[in-house]
Amino acid sequence: MYVMIREVEGSLYKLKYIKDEGRKTAIETIKEIGKPQADPTARVDRFLEYFTISPQSLDPAGVVWKLEHILDVRDVRFKDEVKFMTPAADEIQVNNLENTLEAAMALNYIYKVIRHYYLLGKKTLSLYIIMQLQMILPLIMREAEAYASALKAFAYGQPIGDGAGALVAAKLMYGHEKRKIPKDCVVATVPIEGRTAYVIKAEGPGGNVGKVGDGIKTIIEENEGKIATIIMIDAAMKLEGEEIGEVAEGVGAAIGGPGVDQFKIEESILKYRIPINAVIVKEDIGDAVSPMRKEIFDAVDKTIERIKQVILEKTKEGDKVIIAGVGNTIGIAQ
Amino acid sequence: MSRTPQNSATKISSFVLIIIFIGLALSLSALMVALAYFGSGNEVLAGYFLLVGFLGVALSTYVLFQTRRRIMRLKIEVPPVTTTIECRKCGFKSVREFQRGDYIFKEVEPCQKCNDKMLITAIYREVKEKLSP
Repeated sequence: MYVMIREVEGSLYKLKYIKDEGRKTAIETIKEIGKPQADPTARVDRFLEYFTISPQSLDPAGVVWKLEHILDVRDVRFKDEVKFMTPAADEIQVNNLENTLEAAMALNYIYKVIRHYYLLGKKTLSLYIIMQLQMILPLIMREAEAYASALKAFAYGQPIGDGAGALVAAKLMYGHEKRKIPKDCVVATVPIEGRTAYVIKAEGPGGNVGKVGDGIKTIIEENEGKIATIIMIDAAMKLEGEEIGEVAEGVGAAIGGPGVDQFKIEESILKYRIPINAVIVKEDIGDAVSPMRKEIFDAVDKTIERIKQVILEKTKEGDKVIIAGVGNTIGIAQ
Repeated sequence: MSRTPQNSATKISSFVLIIIFIGLALSLSALMVALAYFGSGNEVLAGYFLLVGFLGVALSTYVLFQTRRRIMRLKIEVPPVTTTIECRKCGFKSVREFQRGDYIFKEVEPCQKCNDKMLITAIYREVKEKLSP
């Protein structure tokens, strides 16, 4: 038990270091970009302690809309808070700073939870608490290290691995006319292989995931459901042993997050019986939130080829298709 | 982009450092006493002091090394990120280190060859994989 406690203690030290570095990076970036008149340290510390209470699901009917509302309120609150701390920052920088603070918040939370179980285990001298903690720590440390590199990427506005889907959409829509659609998304009408493709992505280059679900729903409604197929592109978790940047194809709504957007997309496609395809770029958690790796960047062109193949195989000339690039569009314009 | 961390988790406790250095000083003194005993012909006592001295030096160095290693482990590595700038007209390409404010599809300085506007076409990091058996 002593050996296990020492091991957890060592990891806790490292977590504390990562958490403190995250806080420091966030404060320094805010000072550098936002040029606040007062010291933002106290406000950042308060921000790091923010929490969100998920809606009650005893009666699950309508829980998605309640969750969406809570997440909207959280989003507005975060954005207001960041704007208050950084009066000199533009919209792109505000988005990047919000992401930076969220990463610092995640690190703070991880550290506090691990510390809680460590102290609880020591206090109660419970072998089982310490053992569980020691067993799960390698995975938690990987996640914390991933957030630490995410923090730097967000602070500098670098594209991250999660943006693979957004980059695919950006490459497809580059040079075509774009318009804004709800919420925080852009769409471009792009001719591909004789079909009309509505390419959707979150609006960049600020750190933003948008509400792709709303975007897809809007385009479906605009076309009265006359969409031949939807192709969603996203970064997905790879299993150990799989190659980074491997492209795979399947069916279903490829979108992560709390599930609100996936629910909305599934509702919309069910209403009009629209087939949905997914193309994913495989990467691990570390790659997803740290600056984009070359392998993932190179996978973008392979993904575009795969999309064209799906379009040729699943649709006829003159059809309308939706291509949605999902993911954080930080460092990726359109 | 790389900074020296000054964090409570990375600071070596001054108390620990004092203990290590006192240990090291005592061990070195033991070695010197051992040499003096060798000179005076008292080899048994010299042997004991030599043993204590060597053990002390080895232990102090090990503890110091371990403390340094903990700090090395705690550093967050910031991988170098490169930006590729391309001229869409003549195809001229240049690669440089990422600068804050860079983003994919950003129009940057004019092309050195044709004076047309250049575009950032790629931002990524290259990772050299460690070979596993």
